[in-house]
Amino acid sequence: MVAFDYTEKVMEHFRNPRNMGVMENPDGVGEVGNPACGDVMTVQIKVKDNRISDIKFQTFGCIAAIATSSMITELAKGKTLDEAMKITRNDVAGELGGLPPIKMHCSNLAADALHAAIEDYLKKKGGIR
Amino acid sequence: MKAYLDNSATTRVDPAVLEEMLPYFTEKYGNASSLHSFGREAREAVEKARERVARLIGAKPEEIIFTSGGTESDNLALRGAAHSRRDRHRILTSNIEHPAVLETFRDLERNGFTAVYAKVDREGLLDASAVAGMIAPDIAIASIMLANNEIGTIQPVKEIAEECRRKDVMFHTDAVQAAGKIPVDVRKLDVDLLSLASHKFHGPKGVGALFVREGVGIKPLMTGGGHERGLRSGTENVPGIVGMGKAAEIARERLEEDAARMRRLRDMLIDGLLSMEETYLNGSREKRLPNNANLRFHGIEGESLVFLLDENGIAASTGSACSSKKLQASHVLLALGLAEWQAHGSLRLTLSRFTTKEEVEFALRGIPQAVETLRRMSPVWRKIKKGEM
Repeated sequence: MVAFDYTEKVMEHFRNPRNMGVMENPDGVGEVGNPACGDVMTVQIKVKDNRISDIKFQTFGCIAAIATSSMITELAKGKTLDEAMKITRNDVAGELGGLPPIKMHCSNLAADALHAAIEDYLKKKGGIR
Repeated sequence: MKAYLDNSATTRVDPAVLEEMLPYFTEKYGNASSLHSFGREAREAVEKARERVARLIGAKPEEIIFTSGGTESDNLALRGAAHSRRDRHRILTSNIEHPAVLETFRDLERNGFTAVYAKVDREGLLDASAVAGMIAPDIAIASIMLANNEIGTIQPVKEIAEECRRKDVMFHTDAVQAAGKIPVDVRKLDVDLLSLASHKFHGPKGVGALFVREGVGIKPLMTGGGHERGLRSGTENVPGIVGMGKAAEIARERLEEDAARMRRLRDMLIDGLLSMEETYLNGSREKRLPNNANLRFHGIEGESLVFLLDENGIAASTGSACSSKKLQASHVLLALGLAEWQAHGSLRLTLSRFTTKEEVEFALRGIPQAVETLRRMSPVWRKIKKGEM
């Protein structure tokens, strides 16, 4: 195993992940990653008045994967769908005080999971109309 | 409370070893090649250590070459043998060797040798007769580890070495993890070359040894003053060598007692953890070092587990490493036929002479908690529970 220099913020989110778990009847679900690569993230959202009113994540992966998932839920909660779609991988890493370069590619998938959840919501909503 | 269960990474120096080393930093600081009394004192200490290391593995003192550690011993053995038999084009090893062997093989391949890799079965064991069937007179060097560093499986080295002897093929074994855990006898094993590392059996880091059977010719890696029978030039690391000698003596005297004790604690650990759901032992249970437990907890990933355990005072290691593109599962675990997601959830716990029952009990409380925490977080675990994976 290679030891990484994680920021205190990363470790804090790893120790105390925010909004971790599964919700009943989510409005949108996004899942990204691949267990073979060692990272899978699920993001579930509830949407009210075009805003993310509740958000939950589950992650299989390393510390960076867990911390970025936790961070994305904090960043997205309460945001409008448009605002949430604009959150990037770099925003997540930046908010955590940076990630080891080796972790930027594979473990920093949280923004993708969020976007997938929003797209899932929009698709379902479109379907109802 | 803390539990150190990473003794295959390195061990604590035995206090008796440290005590014997200390004078060689201060009062007895001579260069073992010097002719004066300071030098002679150092030389005597080095030769005494050589005898002790030789005795640990049933060798003659003059067959022991001191090096900087296991990696150098492996490099000296493999490169030294391959380059002394340039008329032969093939080299043979297994697919679960330590990187010190595998990467040296890759380098030898770049230098024109053709490497052949014997494959282990799902238990992490080589089939002796299958490997024997691969031995041919065009092989410059064959190298099979005595015991694996990740899963602790013990290979049928004797049978393979005997076939090499019949076919006049030079044979090396990496016994870095085996020494001090199981009996190691170079005559019974019938090997030509054998690597040791001091810090794996309570000696200091930065010193190791290579057994080179009498009459076996290999080329040195380093040129210089011709130390260690010309095979390892460079002023001897006298305090380190003294420490390795003392550690070897203690390891030999206490082998049976230490092994029995470690095995008891190891079994406690394995049985305790196997009672958890979706938890498996990696590697053969029977043909296994007495100090190695390597378990696989489906649904979680090793790096987070190791860090979470560390936060709770438990030092262990995992079998995955991050490359620039993705998390890479250990080549040893993949060689067992595990899927990558399964291999990622593996944890290596390794014991030593100093491991206590309290440490094991502490780990038996902490590990299930940490696994549970990560499984609650894991979408893969959810799928496993639903029968989707």
